[in-house]
Amino acid sequence: MSVAARRGGQFVRRLAHRLGGSPETGSAIWETIQLARHQDRPYPLDYIERLFPDFEELHGDRLYGDDPAIVAGIGRGADGPMVVIGHQKGRDTTERTYRNFGMPGPEGYRKAMRVMALAEKMDLPVITLIDTPGAFPGSGAEERGQGGAIARSMQTMLRLRVPSIAVVIGEGSSGGALALGVTDRVMMLENSTYSVISPEGGAAILWRDAAKAKEAATAFQPTAANCYRWGIADVVVPEPAGGAHRDHDEAARLLGGYVSRAMRELQALSPADRRRQRRDRYRRIGAYREVAVADPTAMASGVDPASASNGGGSAA
Amino acid sequence: MSKRPITVSVDRLLRKRDTPAPRKLPADERSCPKCQTHWTSDEMRRNMRVCAACGHHFPAGARERLDQLSGGAPWVELWPELRASDPLQFVDLEPYPDRVEKAEAAGSNEALVVAEIPIGGHDCVAAIMDFSFLGGSMGSVVGEKLARACDRCVERNLPLVVITASGGARMQEGVIALMQMAKTVVAFDLMHDAELPVIVVLVHPTTGGVWASFASLGDVTYAEPGALIAFSGPRVIEQTTREKLPPEFGRAETQLSNGQVDDVVDRRELPARIGKVLGILERPSGMAPAPAVTMARAGAERAANAARTLPDLSRRVVSKVLRSDDKGGR
Repeated sequence: MSVAARRGGQFVRRLAHRLGGSPETGSAIWETIQLARHQDRPYPLDYIERLFPDFEELHGDRLYGDDPAIVAGIGRGADGPMVVIGHQKGRDTTERTYRNFGMPGPEGYRKAMRVMALAEKMDLPVITLIDTPGAFPGSGAEERGQGGAIARSMQTMLRLRVPSIAVVIGEGSSGGALALGVTDRVMMLENSTYSVISPEGGAAILWRDAAKAKEAATAFQPTAANCYRWGIADVVVPEPAGGAHRDHDEAARLLGGYVSRAMRELQALSPADRRRQRRDRYRRIGAYREVAVADPTAMASGVDPASASNGGGSAA
Repeated sequence: MSKRPITVSVDRLLRKRDTPAPRKLPADERSCPKCQTHWTSDEMRRNMRVCAACGHHFPAGARERLDQLSGGAPWVELWPELRASDPLQFVDLEPYPDRVEKAEAAGSNEALVVAEIPIGGHDCVAAIMDFSFLGGSMGSVVGEKLARACDRCVERNLPLVVITASGGARMQEGVIALMQMAKTVVAFDLMHDAELPVIVVLVHPTTGGVWASFASLGDVTYAEPGALIAFSGPRVIEQTTREKLPPEFGRAETQLSNGQVDDVVDRRELPARIGKVLGILERPSGMAPAPAVTMARAGAERAANAARTLPDLSRRVVSKVLRSDDKGGR
């Protein structure tokens, strides 16, 4: 057994402990968020460089412009040619400004869709790498159809005939993240987060105070282990000890292994089966109760039914 | 200079004919925030919660909207037994179950009401959001009801009519609420495969994850006048980018000129417009060309003729047509 494989084994054991324990709460969540946002954490171009020796980045949505907050292109790696799309945050101030802190506008999602069309044409699997605080809130983005671009990106991914894998590599917040996340398999790196909104955004809405980000993060419980429990993530990918920022090569190697394995599983399925399973995967997600309603026709005339709950199971 | 006073005087004349007299009463939810006219509850209901003086659209509940769409014809609510649960044991300023309990006590069972309903004589499934229930936010119940609504459409070969009013995904259900966006896109995809039409009406406000999922994917998309339609609301944009936004930002009329919606439609015209579209898109799958089609067309023609002869008063005339229609129904 190689040294690398043995070290990999350790990570898997530690991860199994993390996934098997009780749900993560409190300060452990805030620490994970700090790791997910660590400025030295590998970004999509860092993974691409290591996993795809031949990579050609493609630019522009062919409609309006090019959005540097999303990188997209074609590459050939250990598992053959693939299409890779990811949110790119930028490491220093200059690059962060250029990449708009990884917050895409509609052009970013339309570039993604355009490259997915290439994947369909050439029968290439699609890998997405998710790392964004959310889609960009700006009047220009709104005018050019931010909402519709996110919705149509999800729709495009849902209809793909080729296999697809999404990996949350850092922070996955709001529809801006999910727009690239409707795939056959969803993986999360051990120290990544996936949430309905960024902690700051949630704090501003629920506590009316963006400074309450820590409280919001604790309430959203967005860690990979929790998302795995809820069935949002299919796979949690181990990171090098201390976090992916400690060793980019090792982080890429670990991720590459998990992607290869999932890709082999997916390629064994027919396009129709993949699409059906992908639909079922998202159709199933939800947690709700079913209560006794005395007379359904009473609802039609606007009379309130007894809203008392008699329990009922919650679907997950 | 010359146009405005005339409009006002016509308004006054009409108001005198339509209603006993303008009343000056203390402001409450029945006084128009735009023109301060006060209406009785009955007048509000008959006029579909639109100010007859200035056309301001007041918020309307899901069940009231179903009555408006069906013109008083009976409809049957589907899956009222689905209720929110608390998968994250979420507590912000108050626990999530307490918020749900309060919202339920106020009269709604969830932020989406689904019903089988005839609109302009065409049977369809309608999914109507209710902003008064936790800001119309989309949690698991909204996602599940919309998914079941689409399943029902496919089973029965029915079109889907959706009215959206939502702040977005329901924060209190965390990432599970986020995933409802994908779930609703799956549901609409089934409608696509079954070649069944989806009509979406965006009402005030339609924002966040709802606008960024199914609300953007209608085959025909209308918006009510003045509705805010945006992924990010103006407050968030101003805080993040320090932009100063004009008052018309994201409003239905702006989104029409941005190319994001097909038309801005007055609420009082909605039943006729939806009925018309359903009639055009109706599949010839063995169903007899229902007399209802002719009825709806006649209604639309009447409204159009009225609009041609009296351009300035078209809204009021249409509302009268609708009023006379609903006499028998209620």
